[in-house]
Amino acid sequence: MPELCDLPAHELAQLIRKREVSAAEALDSALARIRVVDGEPGCLDGSRADGDNVHAFITLTEERARTQAKTVDEKLAKGEIPGPLAGVPFTAKDIFTVKGVLATAGSRILSNFVSPYTATSIERLEAAGAVLLGKVNLDEFTYGSSNESSAFQPASRNPWDPSKVPGGSSGGSAAAVAAGEGALSLGTDTAGSVRQPAAFCGVVGVKPTYGRVSRYGLIAFGSSLDCPGPVARNIRDAALMLNAIAGPDPRDSTAAVVPVPDYTAGLEDGVKGMRIGLSADYDQITFFNHQTGKLESQPLPKEIATAVTRAADKLSNLGAQIVEKVPMPHTRYGIPAYFVISRVEAASNLHRYDGVKYGYRTKEKVNDLRSLYRKTRAEGFGPQPKLRILMGMYVSAAQYSEQYYQRALRVRSLIRGDFERAFDPKGEHKLDALLTATTPTTAFPVGQIYGDSVLMQYADQLTVPANHAGVPAISIPAALSSERLPIGVQLIGPDFSEATLFRIGHSYKKATKSEPWRAEKPKILRKN
Amino acid sequence: MQVAFDRDGILAAMADQISPELFDHLVELAALELDAKEAEYLRRELNNQLKAIDELAAIPLDESTPITTHGVLYTAYTRPQLRKDDSHPSDAAAAIMNQAPETEDGYLLVPEIPHEDLE
Repeated sequence: MPELCDLPAHELAQLIRKREVSAAEALDSALARIRVVDGEPGCLDGSRADGDNVHAFITLTEERARTQAKTVDEKLAKGEIPGPLAGVPFTAKDIFTVKGVLATAGSRILSNFVSPYTATSIERLEAAGAVLLGKVNLDEFTYGSSNESSAFQPASRNPWDPSKVPGGSSGGSAAAVAAGEGALSLGTDTAGSVRQPAAFCGVVGVKPTYGRVSRYGLIAFGSSLDCPGPVARNIRDAALMLNAIAGPDPRDSTAAVVPVPDYTAGLEDGVKGMRIGLSADYDQITFFNHQTGKLESQPLPKEIATAVTRAADKLSNLGAQIVEKVPMPHTRYGIPAYFVISRVEAASNLHRYDGVKYGYRTKEKVNDLRSLYRKTRAEGFGPQPKLRILMGMYVSAAQYSEQYYQRALRVRSLIRGDFERAFDPKGEHKLDALLTATTPTTAFPVGQIYGDSVLMQYADQLTVPANHAGVPAISIPAALSSERLPIGVQLIGPDFSEATLFRIGHSYKKATKSEPWRAEKPKILRKN
Repeated sequence: MQVAFDRDGILAAMADQISPELFDHLVELAALELDAKEAEYLRRELNNQLKAIDELAAIPLDESTPITTHGVLYTAYTRPQLRKDDSHPSDAAAAIMNQAPETEDGYLLVPEIPHEDLE
């Protein structure tokens, strides 16, 4: 039998509910795995990674977890049902607040912030019986696609190859789940920050429909784009997790009043008759050529393109109808529009950090309040938040707003229009889902891209359109590359169609269950 | 499987939309202070990002293209009702105040606030 920490969340919860194992034993197993694979946790002014460990954690909440596990076991002993995620250890990206626990956002400016309240999604996971192991690393304020920008070093590494990044910004979440440090993790996705690291680490990542999951207790980046979402090792676990966290919340006026179905209910229903689209607009990747100063396109790397084609073939064999050449003409404008919209929202959200109410304050002696603000923010923010603040201020300035911000918001409408036409039940394509690659590359080496903010942003080019449009999307493991690195494919659906995406993803997993790559483990676990 | 790129010696040929003077103004507005090395990096990246953003200028748009502020449309049925504007006691007041770097008698303490006399 595999170790408890390697079991899927749904199997572990069942064993605990049947009292075949205790929540305390499940917790011990996860903590033992953390001790073996995680190494030094991320800390301010910490050293660089040693190259052998995952370094997912910033804060381990072991005592709190033991109390929670004990509560689950006591409830079971009394014959009570402690919830569908009874005793399942999980982690949370350190962008969510938990009462009495550090909430750093991976930034010096919040390095001493102990939250006085708990995020709704974490409250709901704990109410479902899940046990929080701690907070995991991320790009500073979620600004990045590699985890390297965190002020808490060593930043997380990819369990499949620790010389590679785990992706980002929910890199700690994806790395932890892939390495058995908790069966589930709560991440956030603003441009692909759940899906891209999930693809890089060979796990499932879900960006729910905007408004499906409350943002209360999520430290804001781009308020019109941010979505809390599950990271899990399989679709059923992701569906169980979304069951727990989805739904309206009186503390978030953007959390939509839409009934929450049981996302596990239709998983076995198959894909027969479904219409799944492929678009040539997702087969091209765009990158900025610094030498010519122009954006250029090239086809997706062959292994990634093949993974998409193979997935389409498998789904076709299962009875889905594959609809080719679905036009999504505004896909390539996703990143340019995101450069504008997300920066304006980020700049607005970052004004609150001033060294007065909470968080870091400069130790230098200052004569007036303006100096306090400047020095605190200069010392407290790393380069990526500063870059976002400056760009946000520039493109939203009165004289440039029409040229940049207003235009980007109109382009956002065009991107949304692409999806509306593709999914329109009375339209030409009538898609249930669009199938694409999740990322333009596999996990890249640490240090290869970091510092080039344009190239790093283009890592999200295949995922960001769903954020602009608000529609749900998931990334599922689809193959391993010749370098033994995971490749993910993405399924995007109409508003609130998460159940359909899970159904397709689960069918694909069953159809590829016996393929040799499915049996491979991340390098970090092979070694141990 | 990586996208090749070369950053060295490539910026000189590119016109900068954000001049050093405009950059300094933005830094002032953003309530930041930067050392020379950081300023050079950030200005360079801003100008590079603007070259990507300029791609948006090529899209034919007219006033009839609406602005989207949220992708998902809220309807009368899906939009949450506003809460009543009631106040509720909080047990977190002390925990919130304890987060402040400096307090005195229950007030947040800050250095002198600069002010100008308006004409």
